[in-house]
Amino acid sequence: MRAFADLLERLVLTPSRNRKVELLAHYFRDRPDPDRGLGLAAITRDLDLPSVKPGLIRQLASEVTDEVLFALSYDYVGDLAETVALIWPSQADDGEAEITLEQVVETLANASRSQAPAALRRLLDTLGPSERYALIKLASGGLRIGVSARLAKQALADFGGKPVAEIEELWHGLKPPYRELFAWLEGRAQKPVSAAAAPFRPVMLSNALEERDTALITPDDYVAEWKWDGIRVQAVAEAGVRRIYSRTGDDISAAFPDVLEAMVFEGAIDGELLVGAPGDPESGTGTFSDLQQRLNRKSVSARELAKYPAFIRAYDLLVDDGEDLRALPLMDRRARLEAFVSGRDLARLDLSQLLEFESFEDLVALRADPPHAVIEGLMLKRRDAPYVPGRPKGPWFKWKRDPHTVDAVLMYAQRGHGKRSGYYSDFTFGVWRGADGASELVPVGKAYFGFTDAELKSLDKFVRDNTIERFGPVRSVRAEAGHGLVLEIAFEGLNRSSRHKSGVAMRFPRISRIRWDKPPGEADRLETLEALL
Amino acid sequence: MRPEELLRPAPQGLYCPPGDFYIDPVRPVARALITHGHADHARAGHGAVLATRHTLEIMAIRYGADFTKSRQVAEFGRAVSMNGVTVTFHPAGHVLGSAQIAVEKDGTRIVASGDYKRLADPTAETFEPVACDVFITEATFALPVFRHPSPSAEIAKLLASLRDFPDRAHLVGVYALGKAQRVIRLLRDNGWDRPIYIHGSLKALCDYYEGAGIALGELRPATVETLLKGAYGGEIVLGPPSAFNSPWVRRFPDPLIAFASGWMQIRQRMKQRGVELPLIISDHCDWDELTATIRDTGAPEIWVTHGREEALVRWCELNQLRARPLHLVGYEDEVE
Repeated sequence: MRAFADLLERLVLTPSRNRKVELLAHYFRDRPDPDRGLGLAAITRDLDLPSVKPGLIRQLASEVTDEVLFALSYDYVGDLAETVALIWPSQADDGEAEITLEQVVETLANASRSQAPAALRRLLDTLGPSERYALIKLASGGLRIGVSARLAKQALADFGGKPVAEIEELWHGLKPPYRELFAWLEGRAQKPVSAAAAPFRPVMLSNALEERDTALITPDDYVAEWKWDGIRVQAVAEAGVRRIYSRTGDDISAAFPDVLEAMVFEGAIDGELLVGAPGDPESGTGTFSDLQQRLNRKSVSARELAKYPAFIRAYDLLVDDGEDLRALPLMDRRARLEAFVSGRDLARLDLSQLLEFESFEDLVALRADPPHAVIEGLMLKRRDAPYVPGRPKGPWFKWKRDPHTVDAVLMYAQRGHGKRSGYYSDFTFGVWRGADGASELVPVGKAYFGFTDAELKSLDKFVRDNTIERFGPVRSVRAEAGHGLVLEIAFEGLNRSSRHKSGVAMRFPRISRIRWDKPPGEADRLETLEALL
Repeated sequence: MRPEELLRPAPQGLYCPPGDFYIDPVRPVARALITHGHADHARAGHGAVLATRHTLEIMAIRYGADFTKSRQVAEFGRAVSMNGVTVTFHPAGHVLGSAQIAVEKDGTRIVASGDYKRLADPTAETFEPVACDVFITEATFALPVFRHPSPSAEIAKLLASLRDFPDRAHLVGVYALGKAQRVIRLLRDNGWDRPIYIHGSLKALCDYYEGAGIALGELRPATVETLLKGAYGGEIVLGPPSAFNSPWVRRFPDPLIAFASGWMQIRQRMKQRGVELPLIISDHCDWDELTATIRDTGAPEIWVTHGREEALVRWCELNQLRARPLHLVGYEDEVE
């Protein structure tokens, strides 16, 4: 349990993605089966301990401490699991009780609802403080440690020296503690055979179109499609099992019962998940902001289903009634896809249209003026290319519309980590709101890339020279109409957000230019952004 | 004599009317008794200072030799009379030279403990419980969530990280007086015999501890001249936390930020500080030690100052002890 507790603590405190992957890979290397697999399952949320209910933790704490002291402590610490872990009256140190993660999971999994309190109490008594924290997080099912399933799979790939696509493909057929997976990653066994019905097929991704690629794009070799601004999914219906996967292989079916119900086919479709009415792209497609109302949910209400109906706009057909089409050229798959869709009554599905063009100039014109706001650019695909997992160079290009830009004022800067230690490298910026004369800046986003090393130095110097207040690693800087720094921010889109004071949240904001020349008073206003919603 | 007549809070600090002196005054006064050398307790500009020899010397290092007009050394355990009030210094175990001050008149004894800790520490004199009628305790970590693990186990975490990330410089945030020397000593006692690199602001006090007979091993200045940037990988560098926000940090390769403090028990604090490796090493008592010390003194009445007074007062009430918060201002519990 000690090792798992240490891992959680390090993951929580490590900001760098690569370092997190490294920490996870070390854990897989150093821990025996089945502990490493159970730790992995806890992180990917594939561990189910139904007998422990959230209220139980609080109840146990109230049995062992004075109410006032507990309230003062909780108020100070701010996190229930952490408060209980620290306050629990046990003298045990971390690592003292040699209880494995396996024993902990077994104890909790085997306990009935009525046995769970006593079982949890005994464990809390024996474990040290960090272990108690890990235990409570594990038992209550909410790790919230900033590690996605995708990241964990990347760590597995690094650990075993395998492409992450192979792990994604296998994942849904595997169960904790993943012994056969680790055996394969360590070279002790053959690759496990995917046992899952309706498995995920690793997706094919595109590269951004660059200037030197443009000569390749001719109507003889390439087809063009709109790039829709939803989320890329794979809809699989095989042998009575239906699943919708994200492009990283996460099963998101539960949030889309409407789409699932309409998947009356046998096969695997690659497409874009969107909100609105299929069949009429001009008017029927909702924005990404609408789609967000449906994302990241475990279940969905009837009201949301009615207000934000989802559908899939199909790009590709990977499997047709048991026949794997991935090795076929794109145009052959396209013909099969068209036949597949037209032969069925698919209520929540339509087809991505191929765009006619004769020259590259036609594409330039299409990209400059797409017929719908939910289009984020063009996809250019080689006619003869098979469907290859990963991001091969050449067969598929994405050519996005120019990003939106806004002139915003630098408000706060936060110290960076790792190679950016000692520099203020994370920048929060705002735009003006309110009537003339009584305008105030309201933060609209945060950016930490888009600038060169030399620019970072000058930004850092600006922050140091213009600091007003410090809060730990954060500084607020002078930001007045007549004095401050304007940053031109490029971003891909805007969502409504009730979590932000401004009511909007940017997608992929980055600093595109530093406007040393521009007075902050001339930066943009919130209304400019709201008009984009 | 009623305790309130012997010592009472005043804007300048804790005041003794019959003895006409202050304990750890936060503003210049005619006569000051100083518990220890931390800046919020020991300030320059008093008329006369009574403190242990180490505390006086530490104040001279920090403020210059003329930090007070006159000074007098207090020996541990030896009573000094001040206008009919008997004053005795006793070890507090907080940092080198730190003292509790027992103030006694007409059979009433109050112990002002300053900051103190109970854990064994070769860089400070060992705390001695002193029987008294009123015990004045600090409350920096006075919540039952504060329970410090063994410092050796924390040092082991640092050493394990050095093995895991041999290419990264491990920067450990420490305050210059006490924590720096204690962490160095702990590293030595746990087998780290490589040179330890220190920020310039730590040097004078490390030299002072060495001179006082506390061996710290080889310390090198953490300057670019000492080592090339890449060569700091896998090395331990100690600096004050404020330096981690400064360009000084840029000389280290992909630094890993650690911080040695009792606050590191709370995850929110770790994140706020941008700490990647928290080391729970404190110069103060944790909850269990605070409450045990209160019992050890046998005092029927407890006055609680700087920190989380409310919780400790509550504990005293639950344990049938008279207690009240003192509400002294000017002591920074953040600096630990």
